[in-house]
Amino acid sequence: MLATFVLFATLPFWIKGVGLYPYLGVEVMIWIVYALGFNLLLGHAGLPSFGHGAYFGVGAYAFGLTQLHWGLGLGGGLLFAVLAGGIAGALVAAFISHRRGIYYALLTIAFGQIFWFVAVKWHSVTRGEDGLLNIKRGSVLGYPLEALESLYFFCFAVFVVVVLLLWRLVHSPFGRVLSAIRQNETRARFVGYNVWLYKWLAFTLSALIAGAAGGLLALAQQSAYPNVMSLHQSGFVVMMTLVGGGLVSFWGPVLGAVLFFLARDLLGAYTEAWLLWYGLLFMLIVLFKPEGLAGLLTDVRSRPSA
Amino acid sequence: MILEVRDIRSFYGETEVLFGVSLEVDAGEVVALLGPNGAGKTSTLRSILNLTEVKRGEIRFDGKNITRAATHTIARAGIAWVPDDRRIFPTLTVERNLSIAKKTTRFRAWSERECFELFSALEYLRQRECEDLSGGEMQMVAISRALVGAPGLVLLDEPSQGLAPKIVHDVLRTIGRLKSEGVAVLLVEQNPLAALSAADRVYVMDKGRIVHHGAARGLLENSAMRTRLLGV
Ligand SMILES: Nc1ncnc2c1ncn2[C@@H]1O[C@H](COP(=O)(O)OP(=O)(O)OP(=O)(O)O)[C@@H](O)[C@H]1O
Ligand SMILES: [Mg+2]
Repeated sequence: MLATFVLFATLPFWIKGVGLYPYLGVEVMIWIVYALGFNLLLGHAGLPSFGHGAYFGVGAYAFGLTQLHWGLGLGGGLLFAVLAGGIAGALVAAFISHRRGIYYALLTIAFGQIFWFVAVKWHSVTRGEDGLLNIKRGSVLGYPLEALESLYFFCFAVFVVVVLLLWRLVHSPFGRVLSAIRQNETRARFVGYNVWLYKWLAFTLSALIAGAAGGLLALAQQSAYPNVMSLHQSGFVVMMTLVGGGLVSFWGPVLGAVLFFLARDLLGAYTEAWLLWYGLLFMLIVLFKPEGLAGLLTDVRSRPSA
Repeated sequence: MILEVRDIRSFYGETEVLFGVSLEVDAGEVVALLGPNGAGKTSTLRSILNLTEVKRGEIRFDGKNITRAATHTIARAGIAWVPDDRRIFPTLTVERNLSIAKKTTRFRAWSERECFELFSALEYLRQRECEDLSGGEMQMVAISRALVGAPGLVLLDEPSQGLAPKIVHDVLRTIGRLKSEGVAVLLVEQNPLAALSAADRVYVMDKGRIVHHGAARGLLENSAMRTRLLGV
């Protein structure tokens, strides 16, 4: 954990040295927050959600709309982003938490599509495909976030808080019950757990974190578009989480998100089809190493003793 | 009576498997449920937990109607299940499997220490992941898991299946201790002689119906009836 924090805390000072740019760090951290929250559901509770972009997008719109219409600043906007993501998640979770497996997954897609459709079509509120523009970043403690450095460290602070909270949560009794549910819902039930409630909570929390990440996204890119809510982009977070190894490691989504953006920027410089390569990597991993990069790393580390 | 099952009819989908089963267990009583393969013993236990659909009849536990209540509520009322295939959480350690099953009911929760006293082998396995355990070790975990959850009634489905004689002995001893503490036991067994000597009363099932009930000793001593009902 310390290594991750140090890496990101010092990133603005060395990233230009390796030929990249600090804004990339902002993007990566936002997606890491999103992916870690997503992995609470997929990795820890074993619940596949393929429409999670909905809550990411809802957070971004909540941030933008509360600023454009109510004049809310940074704090208020983020609060509403979190709330909106959480409420949307809570509603959807209420409809799907009695399901499991493929039915659960299909319902998450259906609800995700509804949110995406509304975002595209409800032009008077969301401006449709044009998106919400001219979102202001505001300032924190007198540091205007228009300055990239300030924006970076603000996102870093949120990132640290989310990582610490999730880490605690995953290692709490609540987290253990989630992993029991992942292994077998019926068993968790006859041992005395209200599985529905735990699934509902996991989804709601995960959507809430996605909302927070969405709020940061709107803040960072100063706009909110429906594209992050599409099925296609909802797939990104699934890929990041699985490629990184979210099924076996808390840090999986971090690895996956970093690799995703490196692939986008490094491969993307050579070929339009970088996503194809990332997709291929995703397929190889699902086929041959479902534990992902994190699993690969533990294998390498434990090889001498094995 | 701590458990009263009245005339229940249970189904897997459209297929009826229990055709009006009634049975009772008193606090501190050990009741054996015997019968050939496919008789409906496991289905009876599953019905009590609402894991198999009960369409008719009534189940009462500890004075409350629990028919079709949510499984977790039934568990929290104090019914513990030790399934025939153990069903512990494979990637959790022994310790975690026990700690996750702790809960408070109006009955007494056993401590981990007491479980380790019952099954001394478990103590050394605390940090082991359960998927690496042997069948007998898993059974010890499954029984201990039931006990730490503060049960007033334990449903034991073929607890001695595949166990070495020493462990079977430990299981029977556990049943004795439960009884002495006023905890009720409903015991399904393939080995009728062991079950009958541990039990106070017995029900014999066949094809989804109760075909005999009475004192365990009566059946143990009446070899003609025993042979007719149980083939031993
Ligand atoms: N999941 C299921 N779906 C459909 N039918 C089932 C299911 N489980 C059991 N049955 C049927 O219900 C009947 C009773 O089965 P049950 O498992 O209760 O018997 P049992 O007395 O426990 O047998 P055994 O001694 O073999 O464990 C059998 O005819 C069985 O085929
Ligand atoms: Mg059975």
